[in-house]
Amino acid sequence: MIVPLEHVLFLSAILFMLGLGCVLARRNLIMILIGVEIMLNAVGLTLVGASAFWQQIDGQIMVIFLMAMTSAEVSISLAMVVYLNRRKGTVDVRAFDEMRG
Amino acid sequence: MTTVLFYILGLITVLATLMAITRRNPVHSVIYLVNSFFALALLFYLLGAPLVAAWEVIIYAGAIMVLFLFIIMMLELAPTQETDQMGPNWWQWLPVLLLSLGLVSCTLMLIGLDSAGPQGIPNWYATPRDFGYALFGKYGLAVEVVSFQLLFAAVGAFYVGKPESRQKKIKKEGS
Repeated sequence: MIVPLEHVLFLSAILFMLGLGCVLARRNLIMILIGVEIMLNAVGLTLVGASAFWQQIDGQIMVIFLMAMTSAEVSISLAMVVYLNRRKGTVDVRAFDEMRG
Repeated sequence: MTTVLFYILGLITVLATLMAITRRNPVHSVIYLVNSFFALALLFYLLGAPLVAAWEVIIYAGAIMVLFLFIIMMLELAPTQETDQMGPNWWQWLPVLLLSLGLVSCTLMLIGLDSAGPQGIPNWYATPRDFGYALFGKYGLAVEVVSFQLLFAAVGAFYVGKPESRQKKIKKEGS
C-alpha cells in the first residue's frame, strides 16, 4: 500500500460529495446523470483502495460488477432522457415536477 | 515516488471533477470528466489494479462518456456558437490543456518508473490471471446475474427509446 487507507477514503469522500452536489444543485438531466457517474466512481475508488489494503482481490471484482451496473443504468437512463425530451421538448427537471396517475 | 504521484493524480481528479460539475455547457463537462476518469484509472493502477484501470479507460472514458456525447449532440443540448468565430477563447481551453499535460507527464513518469526497477511497481497487484480465476470461479453465479442484468437493460433501453408505437399512431389517426 503506497499511501494510508485514510487518504484514499478521504479522496473518494471528496469525489462523492462533488457528485452529490452536482446531483442536488444542477437542473439539467444530463448533468444529474454525470453526478451519478462521479459518485459511482468514488465508490469504485473506495473498493480498489480496500482491495489494496487487505490484499484481497474481491474488491476489484466488485468494481467490475459496479461497471456493469453503471453501463446498464446509463443506457436505460439516457433512453429515458431521450423519451422525456421527446415528450416535453426540454431536459430541465423543473418541467417534470407534476405527477398524474 | 509513487506516493507523490498518488497525491498529484488525486489533485488532478478533484480539479477536473470540480471543473466538470460547474460547466454550463454539457460537452465541456463531459470532456473534463474524461480527464477525471483517466486520472482515476492511473490511481487504480497505483493501487494495484491494472485490469480495473484498463477497463476504467475502456468502459468509462471510452464508452459511457461517448454515449453521453452522442445523446447531447442528438438532442442538441449544447449552446451553439456563431460560425464566424475562430473557436473557443484561450481561457476556455487552458484548464483542460493543463490537466491533460499533468496527466500525460504522470503517465510518462509511471512508465519510466516501471522499467527502472522494483521501486515503481506496487508491492501487491492483481494479475489478470488471478482476476480471471476469481471472477469466473468464485463469482461465476454473479457473472451470470450481471449478464442477465445487461440483457434486461438493453431490452429496457430499446423499449423506452423506440419511437412512438404503431398502435398509438393508429389511435391518433382514428380519433
